[in-house]
Amino acid sequence: MVENVEIIKGTSLWRDAWKRLLKNKLAVFGLVVLAIMALLVIFGPEIIYLTTGFTADGIPEDGNLIKSFPPSLIHPMGTDEAGRDMLARVLQGGRISLMVGIISTFVSLIVGVSYGAIAGYLGGRIDNLMMRVVDMIYAIPYILIVIVLLSVFGGQNTPGWISFLSDTFGGAGNQGLSQIFMLFFALGLVSWLTMARVVRGQVLSLKNQEFVVAAKATGVSTFGIIFRHLVPNTLGPVIVYATLTVPSVMLTEAFLSYLGLGVQAPFASWGSLASDGIRNIAIFPWQLIFPGLTMALTLFSLNFLGDGLRDALDPQTRKF
Amino acid sequence: MSENNGTILSVSDLKTYFMTEDGVVKAVDGISFELKKGETLGIVGESGSGKSVTNLSVMRLIQEPPGKIAGGQIVFDGIDVLGLPIDEVRKIRGKRIAMIFQDPMTSLNPFLKISKQLMEVTQLHLGHSKKQAYDHAVKMLKMVGISDAEERIGSYPHEFSGGMRQRVMIAMALSCDPELLIADEPTTALDVTIQAQILELIKDLKARMGTSVILITHDLGVVAGMTDKIVVMYAGKVFEQAPTRELFATPANPYTKGLLKSVPDPAHEQGNPLYQIPGLPPDVAHLPPGCPFADRCYRVEEICHREFPPFVQINENHHSLCHFANEVYEESKKEKLATDGHR
Amino acid sequence: MLSFILRRLLIIIPMALLVVTLTWGLIRIAPGTFYDSDKKLPPAIKANIEKKYGLDKPWYQQYFLMLGNVTCRIKGTDEITENGLQFSLAGYDFKCLDFGDSLKYQGQSVNEIIRRHLPYSATIGILAYLLALMVGLSAGIIAALKQNTFWDYGSMALAMLGLSVPNFVFGPILVLFFAIGIYLFPPARWGGFSAVILPVITLSAIYAAYIARLTRAGMLEVMRSDYIRTARAKGLDEKTVLLRHALRGGIIPVVSFTGPALAGLLAGTVVVERVFAIPGLGNIFIQSVLNRDEPLTLGIVAFLSILIMIFNLAVDVSYGFLDPRIRYE
Repeated sequence: MVENVEIIKGTSLWRDAWKRLLKNKLAVFGLVVLAIMALLVIFGPEIIYLTTGFTADGIPEDGNLIKSFPPSLIHPMGTDEAGRDMLARVLQGGRISLMVGIISTFVSLIVGVSYGAIAGYLGGRIDNLMMRVVDMIYAIPYILIVIVLLSVFGGQNTPGWISFLSDTFGGAGNQGLSQIFMLFFALGLVSWLTMARVVRGQVLSLKNQEFVVAAKATGVSTFGIIFRHLVPNTLGPVIVYATLTVPSVMLTEAFLSYLGLGVQAPFASWGSLASDGIRNIAIFPWQLIFPGLTMALTLFSLNFLGDGLRDALDPQTRKF
Repeated sequence: MSENNGTILSVSDLKTYFMTEDGVVKAVDGISFELKKGETLGIVGESGSGKSVTNLSVMRLIQEPPGKIAGGQIVFDGIDVLGLPIDEVRKIRGKRIAMIFQDPMTSLNPFLKISKQLMEVTQLHLGHSKKQAYDHAVKMLKMVGISDAEERIGSYPHEFSGGMRQRVMIAMALSCDPELLIADEPTTALDVTIQAQILELIKDLKARMGTSVILITHDLGVVAGMTDKIVVMYAGKVFEQAPTRELFATPANPYTKGLLKSVPDPAHEQGNPLYQIPGLPPDVAHLPPGCPFADRCYRVEEICHREFPPFVQINENHHSLCHFANEVYEESKKEKLATDGHR
Repeated sequence: MLSFILRRLLIIIPMALLVVTLTWGLIRIAPGTFYDSDKKLPPAIKANIEKKYGLDKPWYQQYFLMLGNVTCRIKGTDEITENGLQFSLAGYDFKCLDFGDSLKYQGQSVNEIIRRHLPYSATIGILAYLLALMVGLSAGIIAALKQNTFWDYGSMALAMLGLSVPNFVFGPILVLFFAIGIYLFPPARWGGFSAVILPVITLSAIYAAYIARLTRAGMLEVMRSDYIRTARAKGLDEKTVLLRHALRGGIIPVVSFTGPALAGLLAGTVVVERVFAIPGLGNIFIQSVLNRDEPLTLGIVAFLSILIMIFNLAVDVSYGFLDPRIRYE
């Protein structure tokens, strides 16, 4: 009986949040754009190949390349310096960009949530110490370290375990791919701090509630309490914060790609495409504008969705 | 209509609504009352009954949107407050009508020194110079019982205790010698011993300065010794209105009776658990068609769920919103006789 | 308060050491050195150079040598460096914060290189943050006061745009619009005031956007608070309520954002310097990392870390002036 009440209350909480989200026009706009973007990025390259014969890299099968051709019917976004179709490149780049954004956020989620939940639940001196560490890392200009990390471990120097992961999940012996895997970790490991703080705050306010006390009384292990009872209840703020982490990670990826430290050929991301386009901005502006615009639109949508989610899930505290 | 017979404030058929996602919340729905010069009026009700909103409406302090004064009239000393341009309202706020709020912890600006917060009122309304305002502020602080006023005036709010802060609020409110003081739950956030001190202070200052007072509270015990008459509010409506003595002796509304029973009375029923009105106040956004109190009422009948109750006049100054107002009144009279007999 | 500042200053030392150690470790663990990328040197010369930089010693000796250089150590008798802080104490000559010589730019000390290139980065960084504060605060306050009007939606949409367009895309587009179109600002060349404007605008965009959003949210929250109601009940007009009562509480989130913003500005200058070909510290840093110019990389990392931590401390201290409730234990 009591459990039933809990479930009803739980679902209506999410349903209410969903209703509030749907009332927010900008958030819905973001959601729709993201859905379309995801579909395009997933299926777009294949469709282009089937209809026009351009390969995934946007090279026509007959090898007939027209370099830096302006937008036209055959090439809606023009072609790049090497004559590859920009649309195909942008869609291909979107796969990488979104993947970097999502997987890095996931990495930061795992690290941040565990760290924050453990600190918050254990409390006292351990909590104090763990949060001091977070404060300290906050003060470090991490971007310098990421730059050093990616440049000394990039390319041929990728550590073995990263190459192993990349070989296992991506394809063997692919240097560009292991660079992308480096990015996942580099970006994930620098964006978990705020997540840890958010989760810790939530856990601190939850850990003395009845359901936790009850779980403790029935002999659930500390690990079980943290990860089965507390963490699921921090989901709201975690979702909100994760949604807002994705665009910031994507922005950092673009920044690193611009510096030549991020995604490298033969792979491309929106960031690396835009950074390639900058060279020719005055003569072939479409090479910058289309990847730049696509990326901006995606980040725009993610930010709006994140804002909307925050208002929907947390109507009281409409903080930053 | 009001100046001649000494009425300082008259509120008639006031309606203050809030537009929310849930629909229109009729926080105040057709409230009327009058306050004579020098009188003290108690407005009693549970949280959410609309008592605070009524008084924020008098000050035109309702945030628009989402709030909106949808109808009615507020006449203060012959001035139609709702018809005034906002600049004119500002000349009344703080000068002729002053307000004390519930939570002294959050009602004072934590970023400004007490001196600044006290001085700005008289500088604005009385045209005081800095020096005059400062001296006046010290005088006001002394008046509300802050002994070392000269030293404390340079402090920030967080350096004061709750009771002291409420004294500062009172000093601020009375700075311009207002004609009407609205005290919105001035003691709710304070310790019991401090509560009595603050109430005593308000009573004392009122007697000295001749201010009319509206005292808003959820606790009938607070208003008993202080007010001339009482308005009982529930779900945005006036449920009962009567002179204090009569309301306490012979209430004509089941809700008032419930409230009275839930006031701790040390003389009687020692050891018995305190009475509580069953249930919770209704959601004002979704009121049922009948009496809003029906679900919690001890003598509810079928008609209560179906029809909205009438505002029954018991005698000249006594009104009650109930289908059975006269019956309840008679019942109270009998109970009164019985208990008097016991004594 | 003074002891708070002192304690925080003391914490900076181990923190900076931590950052430097981490960076040093990363560079050392990674395969390859500066000399791999250069032309193959004859073994004799290579050995000579390695001796000069102490590369022939075991790693822990190298590490402590590096630490000594970056912090303080007693000057060797044969050392004739004028870099860093030098002073005598109890008969010993000390030197501090001497980051050594660059490997790439032979004969130039890291301190000298930092001194030469810092002003460019500092100028655009500081100007950009000031501009961001000006634009962001005013946009945020206007948006909060005119909530749910055209002004609110307009400035918040602009702010969102600022958050969503990478600055290396924004910069070139600005250049395209202004410099090439109007011949007004010389692109890609440092010198004179006008050449600073576009980099500063580019760099400030994202912070202006952040600050506008923070200010709006902060102001809206404060404007709902009880003490603002009290201020209104006193009969104060909206302008006084806003400026005297609401502003201080409303901009506290902006002050807390200054810390992260500084770190972000650092990354931002790296990009902007590259976009506008400004010979700033960011550009030099990237070069040094790619060249595996270890002393230069370490020197810049140490210098910027200390700088940022001191700025963070300044931010924390300024809280106290803004919010009287804050105590420094």
